[in-house]
Amino acid sequence: MTVRHPTQAFWPGMVRAFLWAFLFAIGVLVVYPLLWMALGGFKSNSEIFDSPFSLPGNWSLANYIAAWHATQGYLFSSLLVTVVSTVTTVMISAWAAFGLTRTEVPGKPLMVGFILGGMMLSPTVALVPLVRMLQSLGIYDTHAALILLYTAFRVPFTTFLIRAYMLDLPRDLDEAAMMDGATPGQIFRRIILPLCQPILISCVVLHILFAWNEYLFAMIFTNSASVQTLPVGLTSMMSKQGTNYAALFAAMTISALPIVIIFFLTQRYFIRGLTEGIGK
Amino acid sequence: MAANPPLTSKGAAARGTRSSGAVLRRLWALRWIAIAIGIVGWFVYYPIVNNFLVSRTNQDIFTGEVTNVGLDNYRRLASDPVIWTALKNNSLYAVLSIIFQVFAAFWLAAIIEGLKSERWRSIWRAVYFIPSAISTTVTGLLFYFIYQPNIGILDGLLTEFGLAHLSRVWLGDPTTAIYAIIAMSQWQGFGYSTLLFSVAIQKIPQELYDAARMDGAGPFRQLISITLPLTREMTGMMIIVTVTGAFQVFNEVMVMTAGGPNNSTQVLGTWLYEQGFTQNDMGYAAAVGSLIFGITMLCGVAQLWYTRRRRVLA
Repeated sequence: MTVRHPTQAFWPGMVRAFLWAFLFAIGVLVVYPLLWMALGGFKSNSEIFDSPFSLPGNWSLANYIAAWHATQGYLFSSLLVTVVSTVTTVMISAWAAFGLTRTEVPGKPLMVGFILGGMMLSPTVALVPLVRMLQSLGIYDTHAALILLYTAFRVPFTTFLIRAYMLDLPRDLDEAAMMDGATPGQIFRRIILPLCQPILISCVVLHILFAWNEYLFAMIFTNSASVQTLPVGLTSMMSKQGTNYAALFAAMTISALPIVIIFFLTQRYFIRGLTEGIGK
Repeated sequence: MAANPPLTSKGAAARGTRSSGAVLRRLWALRWIAIAIGIVGWFVYYPIVNNFLVSRTNQDIFTGEVTNVGLDNYRRLASDPVIWTALKNNSLYAVLSIIFQVFAAFWLAAIIEGLKSERWRSIWRAVYFIPSAISTTVTGLLFYFIYQPNIGILDGLLTEFGLAHLSRVWLGDPTTAIYAIIAMSQWQGFGYSTLLFSVAIQKIPQELYDAARMDGAGPFRQLISITLPLTREMTGMMIIVTVTGAFQVFNEVMVMTAGGPNNSTQVLGTWLYEQGFTQNDMGYAAAVGSLIFGITMLCGVAQLWYTRRRRVLA
């Protein structure tokens, strides 16, 4: 952002020095535990016990390699569930947002209320019935169950974001296209979707963050190691090899790294999604 | 509860203003939202309804026999001491989160946005946000280790500063465990709300500050009489969102203590899990679910009311 900031050069010298120290201290508070984790992955287990504050004696990749092998299955599950549920969520939400803003759906206010109202319902409350529902569908303990649930529980929020964006798009373009005889399907694909690209990217990024980190559903609705995603995999590694701290630190770092990288690469879209979500 | 075409077409026919072709076209438009309505209705709404039905039953785990027990599970809620512990912990979560993730985050955002260099402003915002991007499982496990007496760096630090007498088994002591968990939560979440406040502050027009400066208002005065009132909307919204979140908390408690020691860190979510999935008492778990539903619904209504009011004012 290049906008000149309102409160720029707000603070006088002495105060500024103090505030810088303060910001820096908080920065250390945030980063240090994460560094301790990442560095712990390079240490040997006895080093972690004996000299918790020092840098690794010899930077050994052994833990990271072991953790990489141990987490591969979980990584695959996380990747699969995240990618598929991102595609389904964003597609279904874009369709719904288009239907709710650009077509004469009957009972529109009711439909808007129904879909967006889903945002208020907490996943915890649905847990007990969902067990039986997933069992009777025969998808308990499968990737499909997680994909379905992640989609269902994120469609309301994602539709909310895309709908708000579509409402602000000028109508001239699609009205002109309609005059020329374009069908709603063509208007959606050729005009509206391309215009919505920024918010769609935000939605993709926010959904990736959600799905990659989700723990509640993944813990309760999966049992087999081949289906479990990273967050659940980490806790089961923890209970299996609870004293091999170095390996666990390496595994935790491996599971946190992709999402931190995605955050830094897509910050702009990320922030847009977050602020639209709470600001409207 | 899904789409209800007959009603609409009847309404349109009664008004007699639309040809049957137009009615059909409107019904055909339903295809755009059909999947969303279907999947949300099936997996988000229906379980809530079903949860109420389950909460009025008890199921024998050996025979699978289901008996109707009316409101018994709800009576049990009121007399269950752990429910009161959980409510207390959830409320503590809400209060401390409001202090750190709403009020402290506001001040932090004001400080960051007062910096001269845009580069540094975005660096601080991003750095503080990092923990929010990471899964609560990872941060929960990380702090589980940090709080450990043998390898943890917290006790190590206390010893370095000559405060060894303060060190304890943070997560194993019922008097400190819940605070240790909440502290982790604040560490993870404050960057997120700081970011949101930063964006709200950026939207305040520069002229207001210029005018205040002309009138001789110092930086602190400007903060109090311009920044604070003009971000009040965001503050109100954040309080509601934070409270809703505090009553749905689950992951960090599950990962760090699973409700122990001695149920001292149970929150509503973990107690529901314990009852339903460890004790296999689905009926009672569903009643706990209804309680969570009631509380989050109240927060939701508050949020709707707040946004409505804001629209009217704006």
